[in-house]
Amino acid sequence: MVNTNLKTVGQTKILVENLNLFYGQKQVLENINLSIPENQVTAIIGPSGCGKSSFIRALNRMNDLIPEARIEGKILIDEENIYDRDIDLVALRKKVGMVFQKPNPFPKSIFDNVAYGLKIGSNHNRADLEKIVEKSLRQAAIWEEVKDRLNQNALKLSGGQQQRLCIARALAVEPEIILFDEPCSAIDPIATARVEELIHQLKTEFTVVIVTHNMQQAARISDFTAFLWLGELIEYDRTEKIFTNPANKLTEDYVTGRFG
Amino acid sequence: MRSVKKKGILADLREGLIHRLFQTSGLMVIAILLGIIALLLYTSVPAFREIGLREFLTSTRWDPTSPEKPEYGFLSMLASTIMVTIGAMVISFPLGVAVASYLSDVAAPKVREIVKPIVELLAAIPSVVVGFIGITLVGPLIARVFNLSHGLNALNGSLLLAIMALPTIISISEDSLNAVPVSYVEASLALGANPWETLIKVKIPAAASGIIASLMLGMGRAIGETMTVLMATGNARAFPSGFLQSVRTLTANIAIELGEVPYYSTHYYALFALGLVLFLITFFINLSADVILEKQKRKLQ
Amino acid sequence: MKNSVRKSSKNLRGQLTQFLGFLVLRLSVCFILFILLYFFYDIFINGHQTISWEFLSQPPRKGMTEGGIFPAIFGTFLVTLITTAIAVPLGMAAAIYLNEYARTDRLTRLIRLSIRNLAGVPSVVYGLFGVILFVNLLKLGTSVLSAGLTLALLTLPWTITASEEALKTVPDSYREGALALGATKWQMIRTNVLPYSLPGMLTGAILGLARAAGETAPIMFTGAAFYLPFLPASLRDQFMALPYHLYIMATQHHAIDKARPLAYGTALVLVVFVILFNLTAVILRSRLRGKWKN
Repeated sequence: MVNTNLKTVGQTKILVENLNLFYGQKQVLENINLSIPENQVTAIIGPSGCGKSSFIRALNRMNDLIPEARIEGKILIDEENIYDRDIDLVALRKKVGMVFQKPNPFPKSIFDNVAYGLKIGSNHNRADLEKIVEKSLRQAAIWEEVKDRLNQNALKLSGGQQQRLCIARALAVEPEIILFDEPCSAIDPIATARVEELIHQLKTEFTVVIVTHNMQQAARISDFTAFLWLGELIEYDRTEKIFTNPANKLTEDYVTGRFG
Repeated sequence: MRSVKKKGILADLREGLIHRLFQTSGLMVIAILLGIIALLLYTSVPAFREIGLREFLTSTRWDPTSPEKPEYGFLSMLASTIMVTIGAMVISFPLGVAVASYLSDVAAPKVREIVKPIVELLAAIPSVVVGFIGITLVGPLIARVFNLSHGLNALNGSLLLAIMALPTIISISEDSLNAVPVSYVEASLALGANPWETLIKVKIPAAASGIIASLMLGMGRAIGETMTVLMATGNARAFPSGFLQSVRTLTANIAIELGEVPYYSTHYYALFALGLVLFLITFFINLSADVILEKQKRKLQ
Repeated sequence: MKNSVRKSSKNLRGQLTQFLGFLVLRLSVCFILFILLYFFYDIFINGHQTISWEFLSQPPRKGMTEGGIFPAIFGTFLVTLITTAIAVPLGMAAAIYLNEYARTDRLTRLIRLSIRNLAGVPSVVYGLFGVILFVNLLKLGTSVLSAGLTLALLTLPWTITASEEALKTVPDSYREGALALGATKWQMIRTNVLPYSLPGMLTGAILGLARAAGETAPIMFTGAAFYLPFLPASLRDQFMALPYHLYIMATQHHAIDKARPLAYGTALVLVVFVILFNLTAVILRSRLRGKWKN
């Protein structure tokens, strides 16, 4: 049985109960139970096709975009089931930010990219916007590189810079949770190091969930690690335990690189 | 800790309303098609009641303005339409498939990028201009070659319609040829066939249903074409007896007579009955072509 | 025995058939290009002498044996404007529904089927439909409004298809990105999809309208006039149009030979107009291609 009670840490931010996810006839996730603690980095690892991207996209209901997706079970964020009927998707997605696999800056200026989430929601005056944009860019450790060219098109930035811009963009709407869906798979090693460092710092203010196929990355930056295999949660524990003394043979085989 | 529960229903209402608005624009397309069918039927019914379906469908004489006995047989015009269309397809189908093959298999990418827009330009020439060319250029040419007093006849119409159907035939055939999986081509080439043999023995057979669909869509285009045939075929009312005779197609007849007919007379209704026939013919041709193309798409996926 | 893979007389026959086969294909293309160019050449050679400032800016005179085509240019411009005002927004809205909202269910398939079939309906049938619906049932009479509405229905399937193509060029990552930042669906479409697909949509609209402007059959019973001494003063007036004017000048004129140069001039104006529109669209399209990929 998977250990889902991690009493030693603080508050539970996200509680997943009996989660099943189907794409049409195909079951992608099977009976997932998991509690994700506040202000920690939780990594989801597993071979490709194991359902880890689908899992993270269930946390901000991005799976809703797939017409044939169907979900069973509960995901409680701060004790509210986000699959209840009275959930405001806009509020949910502002609370649960997401950074995608491939950097996806909009073909707007750097400033407008970061301000996007603020502008669509409500009326901010220019001074407020500037303040929040600067703060977010600083938090994402990219301010120094772009402060003199905020009006430049974001597509002109390098891949690594684009990804940090996307992080800044997510931070600007002041989320409480940030989801990273393999954020470093499309950028080079040096840029990866910077993004990893950034993620590590973010946990002081945010709850971070990161999907990665890179086990070293999970080991470096996460506090907790969940191992998914063929849509099932095989093991979930403190990261050091998963990587040094896993309880399950499958987990051991995977983290030692015998398959995957 | 922010709650993510809904604060009110206003936002939902707004989004729902916008969704409905766009959906209505989508549904409107169905409404237009149904509207065309309904109004054509509705306006044709008095014609069938007053003329009799039998006369309409079996008589070859169309003479609505005869003072003694007006007649409303559509057969001559149907025959003319079919004749001109077949003539056009005999010319444009082989030519169109040849050009499609050239574009998909022979042309260098750069040549293709120049030739394709030019072929598309062919589709953009207004049909009235093509008809004008039929009068000024093709007609005199036919008259000279066959030693006739004028060249406004079925042949002229076929030649022009062939040109007008070409873009349709070319683009649909080319799409079908391009949809043939690369693996088929590679298999053929690996067995030692050269590109020509591969085109003839593998690609064209594999794309056959799409090429047939292109023929049908080209036919639909030719049957429905109005101004070109109106201007170039001479418009004689008699039953067609040869390609060098003047003929009057369904479309041309509607165009000629609708301008002069009193509203809500038998003649007026009869013209809508012709319109209904025309609509039904093109509708079924297009629908069949559609079904063929859908099937091919699924097969090649 | 080793088989040589050098070229030899053994496969000479195959090479010859291929050469001849490809030659036939090449000649077919040349033939079509020749015809097209010859058409343009003929119209240009016979029409360019007629073109003058007077021809473009004056109304026809002396029973349409002299003078210009200004009312026809103006009328075509006006009717195209009406067509645009109706068909482009409607076409965009339908395309937005199909590409952004609709799921792939029966209803959507039916809509798509209707679009493809509407595109194949003969233009003269649109003319008949316009006569019943706009001229008679809605009592708009034979007017530039009736003609514009008829042409709008005719162009709608093209406008929808072109708009949907344009929407498809916007990467899904823009949509996901906006939604993940808390945009509602409409906010996402308005701020992060439409701005990037608008140029493509307009390109498609230009092509559709160039075709509409060249149509004759749908307008000849719904509003186009043989000859009018005045420009239309309201949307309920009849109008002169370039394609209809060409038809009249080429076939219905009492002095065909005298009118022939004017007919050529009209044809040239119409063709130049169509080519310019198409050229603009082709250039715009090639510039837009791949612009939003990162």
